[in-house]
Amino acid sequence: MKDYEFFIDQSRCIGCQACVQACGECDTHRGTPMIHLEYVHRPTGVQTAPVVCMHCEDPTCAKVCPADAIKQDDHGVVMSAAKPRCVSCSNCVIGCPFGVPKMQVSFELMMKCDMCYDRTSVDKKPMCATVCPSEALYYGPRDYIEKHRRETPVNEFHFGRQVVRTKVNMMTAPSRGEINVDITQYMSGAEAEIDPMFDARDGAPDAARFAVWEG
Amino acid sequence: MPSTGVKSAWISGLAASGAVCAGIAIGSRGFAHFDPELIFYAIGSVLTAFAVAFRFTTWSQRPPTRIYLRRGIELLFKGGLRRPAAVATIATADKYVAQNFIRRRSGYRWIMHLCLSGGCTLAFALTFPLVFGWIHFSPLAGDPEIYQVNLFGFAVDRFHIHGLKGALMFNLLNIAAVIVLVGLVMAAIRRVTDAGERATQKFFEDILPLLLIFAVTATGLALTVSYKFLNGAGHHLWVVVHLFSVLALLFYIPFGKLFHMFQRVCSLCVALYKRAGENGPRAFCARCGEDFTSAMHVKDMKGVLDELGFNYRFATPTGEVHYQDICPACRRRLVALNQGASLGR
Repeated sequence: MKDYEFFIDQSRCIGCQACVQACGECDTHRGTPMIHLEYVHRPTGVQTAPVVCMHCEDPTCAKVCPADAIKQDDHGVVMSAAKPRCVSCSNCVIGCPFGVPKMQVSFELMMKCDMCYDRTSVDKKPMCATVCPSEALYYGPRDYIEKHRRETPVNEFHFGRQVVRTKVNMMTAPSRGEINVDITQYMSGAEAEIDPMFDARDGAPDAARFAVWEG
Repeated sequence: MPSTGVKSAWISGLAASGAVCAGIAIGSRGFAHFDPELIFYAIGSVLTAFAVAFRFTTWSQRPPTRIYLRRGIELLFKGGLRRPAAVATIATADKYVAQNFIRRRSGYRWIMHLCLSGGCTLAFALTFPLVFGWIHFSPLAGDPEIYQVNLFGFAVDRFHIHGLKGALMFNLLNIAAVIVLVGLVMAAIRRVTDAGERATQKFFEDILPLLLIFAVTATGLALTVSYKFLNGAGHHLWVVVHLFSVLALLFYIPFGKLFHMFQRVCSLCVALYKRAGENGPRAFCARCGEDFTSAMHVKDMKGVLDELGFNYRFATPTGEVHYQDICPACRRRLVALNQGASLGR
């Protein structure tokens, strides 16, 4: 495998869905896109975020699997569930801190992004990174990212008291060495149901907040 | 000093081996019907029983496996004694016999897997009782063309060796071999032509079991060809090669892909678990309020994560929040929100 890495900057996503279409072309899960394209907070804006598997160094999904169905290859790629072994318990679905695995209920099989193993194992780029026009999803040499981006790639995430290190990098501010996933300021109470400003942030591309709610 | 888990795995392994030895001794009526020619197959079976039980016990002690097996047994016997039998029968018919979950994944794979599992099961169902001395045939006194079928030493059936039933009896293993061969050809085509499988397959996990099953099938058929069409030419050689191929397959079972036939037990527990979860209290996301799984599942996962050494607890002004109380969709959004916030966007 070439010395290429995966870099994600979700805030660059323009919601074009090219990654979703391309993902369905991957041979390991043909016809079924594994990427999530999530509206960050639909009531206040149209900002979307692509979510691919982060390929954790110590994958929670694999550890909570009762059937040993999720394996990691020598390069740290966390594979989709092995078809003969998966018992469709959904432990991985609710165990993953990034919310990545998808349960295909009718197949009784968990499927997830495997970094286009059919392509990356022969030195090709993953489908999503190949087609992303804004380079929110980028697969290539680290030099390129360091040269062309103001942001810094990190692969450490703090979920409360749990530190998770990943193979995939996420872009953040240069001063940071990790992304601290804070839930406090985003937790909703009953008021979130009626407060359109919930999750809206100054400077965020949530333009709809003014157009829709403030006239 | 071995851990408690390893000790119980040894105990299970020895118990399984002991059960097979006792089964041979009792079923063959004190070895009276045991065929010494098949001794190496019997030894292989005893060793395989040990290894399968050892591996199964080790696997079942993993925190997530243990919780499903325990809950499965609890739920199975929850509704009295009649219910477990009905549930186990339906689940076995659906998952082991009909294998409907594979049919929904792919019709091609379903037929392929039915041929492989059905043919192998038929072959094992015949050969194990023969090897253990549970079944043997004896010519009827006064008419050597009538064979008597003896099960555990008791006469249960008889057939004429030149009749239809006789032909079927003597060729059941060949029929099983042909069924398996169809499955093997389909599997080989898939392994060569499916780009996704080609990218992810591993020799030990995916190719070796097919080669071993092929070796057993081909050498088994070679024995028939040798004595039926070649006047026994090379029969001694094929006997030895067949023996080694069978032993290799038996010894592969506990260590490789074929162990999934035992791990499927967990899917029966999961089916019960899911049904209980659908009818019981639900878990609602602490952020968006969506129903995303059963409360039992969330509670059990928190315990499993603790046992595995993961701590996804957040300290918030209103108290501790566990990440398991937040649905997967909100987790995706929370990462995006925090990534954006870290960049001031």
